[in-house]
Amino acid sequence: MALVDRTPPRPSSRRGGAAPGPRLDVERIRRDFPILATQVRGKPLVYLDNAATAQKPRAVIDAISAYYESDNANIHRGVHALSIRATEAYEAARRRIQALINAEAPEQVIFVRGATEGVNLVAQSYGRPRLRPGDEILITEMEHHSNIVPWQLLCEQTGAGLRVAPINDRGELRLDEFERLLSERTKIAAFAHVSNALGTVNPVRELAGLAHRAGAVVLVDGAQATPHQAVDVRQLGCDFYVFSGHKMFGPTGVGVLYGRRELLEALPPYQGGGEMILSVTFEKTVYAALPARLEAGTPHIAGGIGLGAAVAYLSQIGYDAIAAHEAALLEHGTRVLGEIPQVRLIGTAAHKASVLSFVIDGVHAHDAGTVLDQLGIAIRTGHHCAQPVMQHFGVPATCRASLAFYNTTEELDVLAAGVRKVCEVFGV
Amino acid sequence: MKPDPDVKLDDLYQDVILDHYRRPRNRRELADADRRAEGNNPLCGDHVTIFLKVESGVVREVTFQGGGCAISTASASLMTEVLRGKTLDEAKAIFKRFHGLVTGEPRETSEPHGLGKLEVFSGICHYPARVKCATLAWHTLDAALRDDRRPEDVVSTE
Repeated sequence: MALVDRTPPRPSSRRGGAAPGPRLDVERIRRDFPILATQVRGKPLVYLDNAATAQKPRAVIDAISAYYESDNANIHRGVHALSIRATEAYEAARRRIQALINAEAPEQVIFVRGATEGVNLVAQSYGRPRLRPGDEILITEMEHHSNIVPWQLLCEQTGAGLRVAPINDRGELRLDEFERLLSERTKIAAFAHVSNALGTVNPVRELAGLAHRAGAVVLVDGAQATPHQAVDVRQLGCDFYVFSGHKMFGPTGVGVLYGRRELLEALPPYQGGGEMILSVTFEKTVYAALPARLEAGTPHIAGGIGLGAAVAYLSQIGYDAIAAHEAALLEHGTRVLGEIPQVRLIGTAAHKASVLSFVIDGVHAHDAGTVLDQLGIAIRTGHHCAQPVMQHFGVPATCRASLAFYNTTEELDVLAAGVRKVCEVFGV
Repeated sequence: MKPDPDVKLDDLYQDVILDHYRRPRNRRELADADRRAEGNNPLCGDHVTIFLKVESGVVREVTFQGGGCAISTASASLMTEVLRGKTLDEAKAIFKRFHGLVTGEPRETSEPHGLGKLEVFSGICHYPARVKCATLAWHTLDAALRDDRRPEDVVSTE
């Protein structure tokens, strides 16, 4: 299947440091996603809410159906053929994910429900036994609530304090402040790879280096990074990296916690149950080795297999081609929205993923979202589970168009026309 | 697959709603209010404060501050116009009927709701995500009318 045309992109389509890469055959790719042919309110669907959840290619839908239709069994303990097949498919998915993020070994890929559970697992299993009053956790102002609240809970439980590194008015992390807030008290530094509300791409390697010099352990929330760019956990130098399957074209309910081996091995189990033990008596239970020790209970087998299929699909297209296409989309979207005088873009970082957050003068985001919905355009309106970001920019909510590699410049033109219609309806 | 309801944009954003959004009526603090309540819609960051002056069981004055989207601002504005001079029991009854209107509650009669200009919100029932916008001011009013509430109570539509 030749999804990729190997001709280099025009120079004008490169932006924001994206690697020059092969050009995508977008029309062909769109046929891989059945839902993209849907009509909404009598109009062709323009799906620009990918940061909330991405659509699923036929390969993922088929992998899940095939598992239920021909391989369904519980894994890791059956001796019968179906169980062996299901186990092999599930573990093959783990190995694919390992290769995708360049983890040292498959057992460092822990299946969880999603990025949120990954953060909570680290907070409770790594943080809770270790942190003491006076210790600190450093996060940033641009975090999603899922990378704020688990740390607040941990602070309540341990007496540790939460520190927050601020952002500037372009939506970039202030590195000087991040560095200043690090000290020997900092035990954990947790930050997004890519901001969901602003699209800002953080310099993870640099931040991890600073945090490590202060003696902190580093958790990176990669939920918004894996749909857009190659992630090499060893090159980034992080200790923990979490992401969600459904944002990277896989199913909901499955995600990944990557951790450095010695850290994962030192973690007490997050939950107790089946799968995670070697032997149980009422006197003593011996826990299983990684990854099973951190995966209590029957996992989301179909979800893991579906995520494996998504990873295979992404790998086939290639992140270079994805990054080049999305850079061109972001440039086009920034321009066509920027030409509308009533529009103000929120989040204008120099290094940005394909997210267009904006407000329209005199129109609340939810009104804009309802009008755009009438035109078949799906965007997210609200605070994007990042209320501190909204507070920074002094807005209650924004409109957010978040793009994926199957989006087109024509769809962004439809969005811009829709925004002009919003202005017309509300007379602004 | 259930077809999308055939609702036109003009049915939702009727001129009356747009007019009250652009020029909200009674949007001010009521210095001599004897009841007030605050309401939040965490979903969209809307915040409204309702001020009431009640004499002998009749709403003498009602004003609001805050707002947000066109639907919630216009709803608060129209509510203040409709409620002035109504008894507390009438106010509660109107809220009940209004709630039925915007949530599309099934009815045994095809008679009009008897809600007068509040019927401009009849299109909302086709937009479940926006019902909370239309009812925020009313839920807040309802809280202000309750006798057992503490002054620090804040209503949330979540």
